[in-house]
Amino acid sequence: MSSIRETSSAPGLALFAAAIVAAPFLLPDYYQSVLIVAGLFAILSMGLNLLMGYAGQISLGHAAFYGLSAYASGILTTTFHWPVPAGIAAGVVLSGVTAALIGIPTLKLKGHYLAMGTLGFGVIVYIVFNEAVALTAGPSGLTGIPRLSAFGKIFSTDREYYFVVWGTVFLLFVLARNLVRSRMGRALRAIHTSESAASVLGIDVARYKAFVFVLSAVYAGIAGALYAHFVTFISPGSFSFHASTQVVTMVVLGGMASLWGAVAGAVFLTVLPEWLRAIEDYDILVYGAILVLTMRFLPGGLAEGVERVLSALASIFRGKAKASGGEGKKP
Amino acid sequence: MTGRASYFSGEGITLRFGGVTALRDVAFSVSEGTVHAMIGPNGAGKTSLFNVITGLYAPDSGTVRFAGASLSGLPPHAVAQAGIVRTFQNLEIFTNMTVLENVLTGAHLSAKYGPFDFFLRTPRYFREERRLREEALAELSFVGLEGDASLPAAQLPFGSQRMLEIARALAAHPRLLLLDEPAAGLNIRETSALGELIRKIVARGVTVVMVEHDMALVMDISDRVTVLNYGEVLADGTPAEVQRNPAVVAAYLGEED
Ligand SMILES: Nc1ncnc2c1ncn2[C@@H]1O[C@H](COP(=O)(O)OP(=O)(O)OP(=O)(O)O)[C@@H](O)[C@H]1O
Ligand SMILES: [Mg+2]
Repeated sequence: MSSIRETSSAPGLALFAAAIVAAPFLLPDYYQSVLIVAGLFAILSMGLNLLMGYAGQISLGHAAFYGLSAYASGILTTTFHWPVPAGIAAGVVLSGVTAALIGIPTLKLKGHYLAMGTLGFGVIVYIVFNEAVALTAGPSGLTGIPRLSAFGKIFSTDREYYFVVWGTVFLLFVLARNLVRSRMGRALRAIHTSESAASVLGIDVARYKAFVFVLSAVYAGIAGALYAHFVTFISPGSFSFHASTQVVTMVVLGGMASLWGAVAGAVFLTVLPEWLRAIEDYDILVYGAILVLTMRFLPGGLAEGVERVLSALASIFRGKAKASGGEGKKP
Repeated sequence: MTGRASYFSGEGITLRFGGVTALRDVAFSVSEGTVHAMIGPNGAGKTSLFNVITGLYAPDSGTVRFAGASLSGLPPHAVAQAGIVRTFQNLEIFTNMTVLENVLTGAHLSAKYGPFDFFLRTPRYFREERRLREEALAELSFVGLEGDASLPAAQLPFGSQRMLEIARALAAHPRLLLLDEPAAGLNIRETSALGELIRKIVARGVTVVMVEHDMALVMDISDRVTVLNYGEVLADGTPAEVQRNPAVVAAYLGEED
């Protein structure tokens, strides 16, 4: 489990960077927009995994933070003509501040109550998106949102936007990994298993829970703003309970407490429906089934599955090396 | 303020759970650098007292003082910051971590770096993590678990998990260590090793307060003993005095024979 986590991640990161750069040149153009969406979900699920997989706090309302930032940046750049980077910054700040206000009372709840609290929050925000017609244009959606432009450059092609999104994924991945491998990462995992044991060792449980809740909302906010300036049209449907469930499924399928898993789960569940157009109407059922099956048969998710395969391969190679008189495992 | 005796003390501590009074007007006093045992039959309120001291339970009345300051109203993490760390009767190992990571988590307060350092991986982050790792490995060998550092903590045998909890607590650099039934579930050999370990901990300058049912261990290593019964202090004194106290014999030691 932790053997991989403790080894150096530099080769893994280099491989990840190489895959990000190579993918658009290897895949048909059509996949670029799919991968952009997958990247946005990867940001969402990395953030949710910090909260859920590491700290053990569930959120069933994460699409609200995604949507708040998308709408804030969309409205500020469209109605109020803010420059796009300023709109994105404001959107991310709004998601983070809302999480701080919501998190402090909500995180006192445990288990099912926390799930209900965050679900309720998500539903309320969804209703606001629909009803605050003057600002959000209601159910018919906000149109004419400008594409991302920064430093005098407009990122108008999918390929350019792909690199913006996956560059952000890479950066946020590294930051999350650095957090996980720090005293704060250990504190979050301690909170996951025993809040009382964590607290008597000097860990300020309430503060760390609030911090990771805000951080995961900031990740969602970054994804939301990038989404708005990619599709240029947003409507409440993208930020419903359904979207929250999707992200939870990505985290669980990918593997709780695995950042690689979060990215893999997001890519897999974004690309899969593209292959299975037929399931479109039943996708909530498919998500449910994936959730249940993963929890039942692969509780560590894709990350654990890959780890099992890798360690099986490693032991085969090690066996061969020994058989052929090669050196064994180094200390 | 009676000199040495006031290093760590409690007064008038009362704790109720609905109709049950778990602690009634409890007082105790522990001198610096000693081993102080809290004994008493099941349900006497020993663990409840530890929970009050460490801020997990808020007492209905009473105060705990440590090194000249009141701990009243402090949350658990602030009690730890004040230098008081504990272990649990029903082990609270972090089962989602390795043995070493458990001890590193214990060193949380001694890690001197913040979000800026770990997000950007400054030299300070690497320096501190290296120091923490060395300290954690030293604590593991102090309790005899040096060979198990990279094992998942959940895979340790029960006795080793008890030692792991002690190593994790020591990594927090406590001035006062509270052990809740450290010998429970240990065999005779492990128990005598535990006695030695507690002596070594005191030799490091740590004051130890221990809840324990193993009378041989209590009588062997304690400087003083407080006896609780039905949430009240029944007796207090040296091990020899307590053993001779007729009320204690009647309430507690007698029933063991
Ligand atoms: N959280 C709680 N809620 C209700 N009652 C409690 C709680 N914690 C302890 N009690 C009650 O308080 C009393 C003292 O319990 P405590 O656990 O402190 O005893 P103890 O001396 O540690 O016993 P043991 O030797 O069995 O560990 C018992 O009657 C117990 O049932
Ligand atoms: Mg007890």
